[in-house]
Amino acid sequence: MRYIQEELVMKRMNKRLISNKLWKFIFIVATSFALISLGMLLYRILTQGLGFLDISFITNFASRIPESAGIKAALVGSLWLMSVVAPVSIILGVSTALYLEEYAKQNKLNDFIRINISNLAGVPSIVFGLLGLTIFVRLFGFDKSILAAGLTMSLLILPVIIVAAQEAIRAVPNEQREASYGMGATKWQTIVRVVLPAAIPGILTGSILALSRAIGETAPLVVIGIPVILQFLPTGYLDTFTALPMQIFDWAKRPQEAFQHVASAGIIVLMVFLLTMNSIAIFIRNKFQKRY
Amino acid sequence: MVQLLTKHEVRPSAMGIETNQANIMQSHNFNLWYGDHHALKDINLEMKENEVTAIIGPSGCGKSTYIKALNRMVELVPIVRTSGQINYRGRNIFSNGYEVEELRTKVGMVFQKPNPFPKSIYDNIAYGPRIHGIKNKKILDEIVEKSLRGAAIWDEVKDRLNQNAYGLSGGQQQRICIARCLAIEPDVILMDEPTSALDPISTLKVEELVQQMKEQYSIVIVTHNMQQAARISDKTAFFLNGEVVEFDKTDIIFSTPSDQRTEDYISGRFG
Repeated sequence: MRYIQEELVMKRMNKRLISNKLWKFIFIVATSFALISLGMLLYRILTQGLGFLDISFITNFASRIPESAGIKAALVGSLWLMSVVAPVSIILGVSTALYLEEYAKQNKLNDFIRINISNLAGVPSIVFGLLGLTIFVRLFGFDKSILAAGLTMSLLILPVIIVAAQEAIRAVPNEQREASYGMGATKWQTIVRVVLPAAIPGILTGSILALSRAIGETAPLVVIGIPVILQFLPTGYLDTFTALPMQIFDWAKRPQEAFQHVASAGIIVLMVFLLTMNSIAIFIRNKFQKRY
Repeated sequence: MVQLLTKHEVRPSAMGIETNQANIMQSHNFNLWYGDHHALKDINLEMKENEVTAIIGPSGCGKSTYIKALNRMVELVPIVRTSGQINYRGRNIFSNGYEVEELRTKVGMVFQKPNPFPKSIYDNIAYGPRIHGIKNKKILDEIVEKSLRGAAIWDEVKDRLNQNAYGLSGGQQQRICIARCLAIEPDVILMDEPTSALDPISTLKVEELVQQMKEQYSIVIVTHNMQQAARISDKTAFFLNGEVVEFDKTDIIFSTPSDQRTEDYISGRFG
């Protein structure tokens, strides 16, 4: 007596094949939603913004006249901002990840810390803005400076970098560490000569992606009170500045139609910035990917 | 003076397996726990200079744990506790102030899975000398050549020292790891199932190498391959459930063991 009878199998065959195809279709539709809306967004921005995008757009300061409005102050300001955020967040983030992965003992306190760093990555950016306002702007008296905004942004992306670096460090096989310890290397020698070289591609990829989040982030800058219309460039870290998303936000909320197009041009600049950084991240990941 | 020196050099091979070579490592009532699990129970063993000591036993009998205790590698597991002693040249390696870094330059280790660094062959071998502060290129060159010769792989790799060690076959990688271990000029070499990931021909090469190396080093080898233990070792310890059932000369263990469990194991009745 066979339990799986041919008759029974054939009876349900059609139904099974149809539901198989149906699910495939549903998933394709779901994917297209994202792709279509992205396409529409790009189309709108490019058609509106390309007309305003020329060399003078990059080299001009902000202006009341849409035709002569430029993004120079914001672009330079964003670069200044990155020059604070990148070193601060990467150095603190990688050090924290090394401590948690290589040094910290496995106990309740450290588990608690680990979980909460992951949670921190999900805290809304405006909350970090308020933190930055209280601590860096007011308590430390940095005012609305590049330093205050840079430190705030560093705090914002720190959890992301820590988690990415932790994963990269964890991906280094234990056999590699054992080989090093087995020859009498100290923990520090092992980290510098074995763990970090192997983990650097992953750490850099995660860091660059986190930095590109910082470039596009607006809310903390609004809370800190960064100005939007500036007719000069910063000369030091305690100077005030403006940044790309702030500038775009300001243009987009103006009533004149023409400024909507200026905003689109600004978005194109920001996106080129982001896409370049993401490409570098992908390039690094592919080039240094190692197999053990 | 000259006579003395020659006499001393001749001694190990002239005396052979038979005798009272000095103890190089020794454990006295050594116990080890992983948390609540009592993994090693009152281990008493002696390893002699210029001998190969094999440790055999079924999976989970504690043989790997024991060899990892000999260079305190086992401490990388955070929940490990130990009691009793393991002495290296008369000094308890678990005593206060005995730094693991110092111990591990004297007691080197070769692992189960070949684990070269993703660096050039040269940098792999020079890793140990470099961490101990040797920077002189000429000295490093000499150490690299000597170590690769010592691991019988010099002729195979001398023309491609700058290539990544990952380009080598598994057997070659394992001999690179042995050479890397020789580069720190250890006294004792611990080998934790060094051939379990290798094909038969590579295994043979490593076994021949072990035979050569015992002229200069003392070797402790964990193996689950009983024929291997019989072929290459001078003494064999049979571990079962964290205890040493029997420890004797290898030919005695494999011909006339005194414990029934040893006989059952080596004749393939379990394990």
